[in-house]
Amino acid sequence: MKVSYYPGCTLKTKARNLEDTAIGALAVLGVELVELPRWNCCGAVTSLAQDDLLHMLAPVRDLIRAKEQGSDKLVTICSMCYNTLARANLLMRNDAEKRDALNRFMDEEPDYAGEVEVIHLLNFIRDEVGWDKLRAAVRRPLTGLRVAPYYGCTLVRPAEVAIEPAVDATVFEKFIEALGAQLVHNPGAFDCCGSYQILSHPKQALAASAELLGKAKNKGADVLALSCPLCDYNLGKRQNELVADHGLESKLPTIYFTQLLAVALGLDSSLCHFELNHEGTRSLLEERNLISTVAV
Amino acid sequence: MRHGFAPGRICSHWEDQMRILINGRTVDEDFIERVEEISEQNIKRCMQCGTCSASCPMEADMDLSPRVVMHFTQMGLRDVVQGANTVWICASCHTCEARCPRGVDLPKIMEAIRLLTLRKNKDAVDPRQLEATVIDEAPQAAMVGCFRKLTA
Amino acid sequence: MSTTAPIGEDKIVAKVTSKHVPIYVMGKRYDVPDSLTIMKAMEYAGYKFIRGCGCRGGICGACGTVYKKPDDYKIHVGLACQTVVQEGMHLTQIPFYPATRTVFDYEQTPAVAEAVFKAYPELFRCVACNACTKICPMDVPVMDYVAAIKRGDFEKATELSFDCIQCGLCASRCMAEMAQYHIAQMVRRIYGGKIKPKATHLAVMVDNVKAGKFKDGLEQLKKADVATLKQLYMSKDAREIEPNMSEDEWVPTNNAYL
Repeated sequence: MKVSYYPGCTLKTKARNLEDTAIGALAVLGVELVELPRWNCCGAVTSLAQDDLLHMLAPVRDLIRAKEQGSDKLVTICSMCYNTLARANLLMRNDAEKRDALNRFMDEEPDYAGEVEVIHLLNFIRDEVGWDKLRAAVRRPLTGLRVAPYYGCTLVRPAEVAIEPAVDATVFEKFIEALGAQLVHNPGAFDCCGSYQILSHPKQALAASAELLGKAKNKGADVLALSCPLCDYNLGKRQNELVADHGLESKLPTIYFTQLLAVALGLDSSLCHFELNHEGTRSLLEERNLISTVAV
Repeated sequence: MRHGFAPGRICSHWEDQMRILINGRTVDEDFIERVEEISEQNIKRCMQCGTCSASCPMEADMDLSPRVVMHFTQMGLRDVVQGANTVWICASCHTCEARCPRGVDLPKIMEAIRLLTLRKNKDAVDPRQLEATVIDEAPQAAMVGCFRKLTA
Repeated sequence: MSTTAPIGEDKIVAKVTSKHVPIYVMGKRYDVPDSLTIMKAMEYAGYKFIRGCGCRGGICGACGTVYKKPDDYKIHVGLACQTVVQEGMHLTQIPFYPATRTVFDYEQTPAVAEAVFKAYPELFRCVACNACTKICPMDVPVMDYVAAIKRGDFEKATELSFDCIQCGLCASRCMAEMAQYHIAQMVRRIYGGKIKPKATHLAVMVDNVKAGKFKDGLEQLKKADVATLKQLYMSKDAREIEPNMSEDEWVPTNNAYL
């Protein structure tokens, strides 16, 4: 099975670990992620002003690329890209006036009316692979690994693009359980890490990150699973500062959900690029004998 | 310097002024109208319950909490609202929007207030002042999001 | 006047007998022969170029010109030295547009995407409006190479921006106020110098030069008189020219110097 795939800029640099494990793991599950032949940055955040269509151009162009490829589905992995593309798609589907204005402005592009469906990889696995098939494909169950899911903001808000309604969301939980890991209830699963404010208001963003990581840590999680490179930067790569300056009591490794998948499917751990992760992620998995120890 | 940028402050911290004068002359009708127009929200729907402020992950460092921004916007206090750092600290996480019992889309109101400043070509951050070590390590999504929300 | 036009000039010699058409340069009307390029027409009208004119061959990028036609809303663009005038066009040259250019130390700059991100953080303000691509007189897909740079794909960005002549018109239209062409040039320099594998055949040719392989041929040319040189240069038999759009495998019949 082939499906159109939008990577997003960060997955090509800082989050290669997210992309490579997704492509590798999905191949094992019989799915080929076909990258759009030509794509641009989606804009990462959505315009929230009704008179600002300019910032809708980028995500709509990407949707047009998917339509040109003859796809009715576009899979994304990065939470921010998912949110931005999904919201732009709804606008093109539901608002005739703005759709016409955007189509008229992009006179060099074919018209678009929301024909493509934007799907986050977690939902794609739920719907197109299924939990039973996923369970059956697991070669190295993550037995005993206590994993807390972290949805963050952009997978569940606003409600119209939520991968599952936030209060009842179970897709991440079922995914973790299907891999044989021990699910840890995470009271901060939908909290905000401070997002892009890490650049302009780092103190406040790090405080928000420390608080939400503490919630998962207090529930006894070994590792926090996530799907957003920006969350991983705030929560994982900046974690030493959270411990030093923001009252986080002890460290909590972070991992992309696709890396958990790759490990559980028994893929070569070099695919996981753990060098791009939180410093404790690789050693945690080594301690639990989930990946073999390699000389760094 | 960890705290990279000062948001585009236009007036001083409102609490330092001790009290806020409200009368017929202080109500900036144009401000109310523009915010409602850009956000497509009816700001009078807000009943001041404070759920937004209680939910906000960034509230601790805001000059005005989200609830107070709503209140002062209802009263047309343009300078106080635009002068506060609130809209520049907001991370557009949509927690307030998800929880508002009156169905007010606060992130859209925050965006409208930001745009009233940005559209006059005033930036809240300067991309060229970002620390080199931060650009080395931050994901592109952080830069794109930050510049889209905080530069003109 | 010589009966034989020097090679290269035959295309741009004005037919003085041609029809005159009105054009508007910065709002002022001039009636000019309709066969002239914009640059020749402006000179015909009395302009003298001190700046905004360079190679006159469509390569140097000094004469970027924007114009409007009477019947549409579009901004049209061309190099003044290459674009023939059209009746009723309104034009102005934009030979230079202020653009941010970051000085960087090539030797000290690592071949990583972040080096460019640090030099040009405004890169991330791109909104994909595509105004850059639309205005490019060289049909460079500017928006696409900016997208490639944002995701650190220097190879793609180099390939896409290769035809850029640094005219700067993209920067004049940029919503994000960046100078795309300077950013792409930095990328090409890093890619060409530090990432792309070195061309082995170039080293071989340099060694050939050093070993004196071309010495005799050059000496012969130096000794030749003007008539012989003209004959060598002009005659199709004496000088074999690579045909347009020839394949990579093309080689001259006389390959003594290869």
